[in-house]
Parts: sequence; C-alpha cells; structure tokens
Amino acid sequence: MTAAHLLVEGVFGFFATVLVISALGVVVARNPVHAALFLILSFFNAAVLWVLLGAEFLGIVLVLVYVGAVMVLLLFVVMMLDIDLVVIRRGFVRHAPLAAVVALLLAFEIGYVFWARHLGLVSLAPPLRPGTLPNTRALGLRLYRDDLYPFEIAGFLLLVGVVAAIVLTLTHREGVRRQDPSAQVRVEPARRIRLVDPFPKGTPGKGGEGG
Amino acid sequence: MPLFDDLAVSAVVFAIALAGMFVNRKNLVVLLMCIELMLLAVNTSFVAWSAWWGGLSGQVAVFFVLTVAAAEAAIGLALLVVVFRNKRSVDVDTIDTLKG
Repeated sequence: MTAAHLLVEGVFGFFATVLVISALGVVVARNPVHAALFLILSFFNAAVLWVLLGAEFLGIVLVLVYVGAVMVLLLFVVMMLDIDLVVIRRGFVRHAPLAAVVALLLAFEIGYVFWARHLGLVSLAPPLRPGTLPNTRALGLRLYRDDLYPFEIAGFLLLVGVVAAIVLTLTHREGVRRQDPSAQVRVEPARRIRLVDPFPKGTPGKGGEGG
Repeated sequence: MPLFDDLAVSAVVFAIALAGMFVNRKNLVVLLMCIELMLLAVNTSFVAWSAWWGGLSGQVAVFFVLTVAAAEAAIGLALLVVVFRNKRSVDVDTIDTLKG
C-alpha cells in the first residue's frame, strides 16, 4: 500500500465522516436555515468524494449548480418564510424511534445487496482503467454525441421547470398596475403612430412659421 | 475496497435522509432538503459504480439526475411558497384540502 493510496484513504475517511455527520445535522437541526447550511456542507463533502472517484466534472457541477444555485434558492425561500420554530418540531420525538428502525433496516438491506459475496462481484471482471481522455472531455463527448437527445430533453425539462415555478408563484394583486403582454403583442402600428405631414399642401414652403 | 466504502456512505446517507422524512413531518422545507439528500446519496452510488467499471454511463445518469433535481427543487420551492401564502404554515398536515 503506497503513501498516495493511504492519503486517498485518509481524505476519503475524513470527508465521508463529515458527510454523514452533516447529513445527520440536516435531519436534526432545529432551525431550517441551519438544516440548509448543513445540506450545503454535505454537498461540498460529496463533491470531494466524487472528485476522489474520478468524476471531476460532476464534482464541480455539484458545487456550482447545487450549492451555487439550488441551495441559494432554498435558503432564499427559507429566509423569506416566517416559520414558527415551535410548531414544526412537534412530533419529532414521537416519530424518532420508527424513523430509526426504518433507517437501520434500509441501511442493512442496501448493505446486504451491495456486499460483494451476495452480488457475485468477486467473480466479475476487475475494474477497467479509465480511458486516457480527461473526465470532462469524455463526458462532453458522451453527452453531446451519444446522448444528444436525452440532453436536449433535459434542457427542455429545465425550461418547463422555470415556467412552472413562475406560473405557480405569480400573483395578480388588485390595484397594482401591471403589464398586459397579450395587449402588448396585439398592438398595431396604425394605432400607435400617426404620421403627420408638417407641410400640408397649400401652406408656405420650408422655413414657414406655421404648419 | 473503495467501491464498498462509497456505497456504504451512500447507503448511510440515504437512510439518514429517509429517517429525516419520518421525523420532520411538520416541515415541508426539511422534507425537500431530505429529498435532495436522498438524490445526493443515489448520485454518489452512481459515481462509485461508474468509477468501478471505468465507464461513463453512471456519470451520465448523475448528470440527468442533477438536472431533474434542479427542476424539482425549483417547482417544489414554488409550491412551498404558494402553500405558505395560502396556509401561513409549512406544516404537511395543514395540506388536507383534498381530504373529503
């Protein structure tokens, strides 16, 4: 076992531990703002794990898109809402034993499936070495060449998400002057601009005072 | 074996997020955060398998999951704002208008 390998193991252990602890923090935090901050911490740690696994592009995307956009949006909403902290904690202790049982059962089941002996992974081929292409380049080739249509559908999905979010939160208050896009689109030039001849026939030519 | 370390972390985080959905029944905000945490755990699992096989299919799947999760977060938060505007609360139990 080389020193580099030990270093990777150590880094993995540290960030995995912080990831699990911050995930617990999301669940048990009293204040939703603190929960959101714990979630951001867990995203950062997961990004480090992904980079360790060789998925550099996705690790950076996780930080940029998730921490940079989604979590900021979430924090914005959480801070905008005036949440009663006492009410939302009601039932926490009552549900805790059931939650613990279900979570332990689920973790055990997932671990049972993942355990090598039961899956026969040991007998399968050894892991392939990644190609010589850099991760981002390889992923880009894959997305833009092989999976172009799913990629475009994903983009359309985001567009639908934007429209849905706007439609859901748009309110029409009484007494507020607002744009009417339909009327704006339907407008005709003839009703907006009236061309006036400043020198109608029969009046004096250029330089005249009246017109 | 690195694969199983990552899968174990993924499973533990997923289980924690599931427990969070049980104990935070009163708070729609934290429920959304737990869904995000679950997606993160699943994505970690995808990345781990992808690294194990040396292929990119897992990472492509993560890419699409991230896209869907972003759209889901935007729409979920919009719904949250609408619910709070109408009910003055983010308690899941208050959203029972469809109950007969």
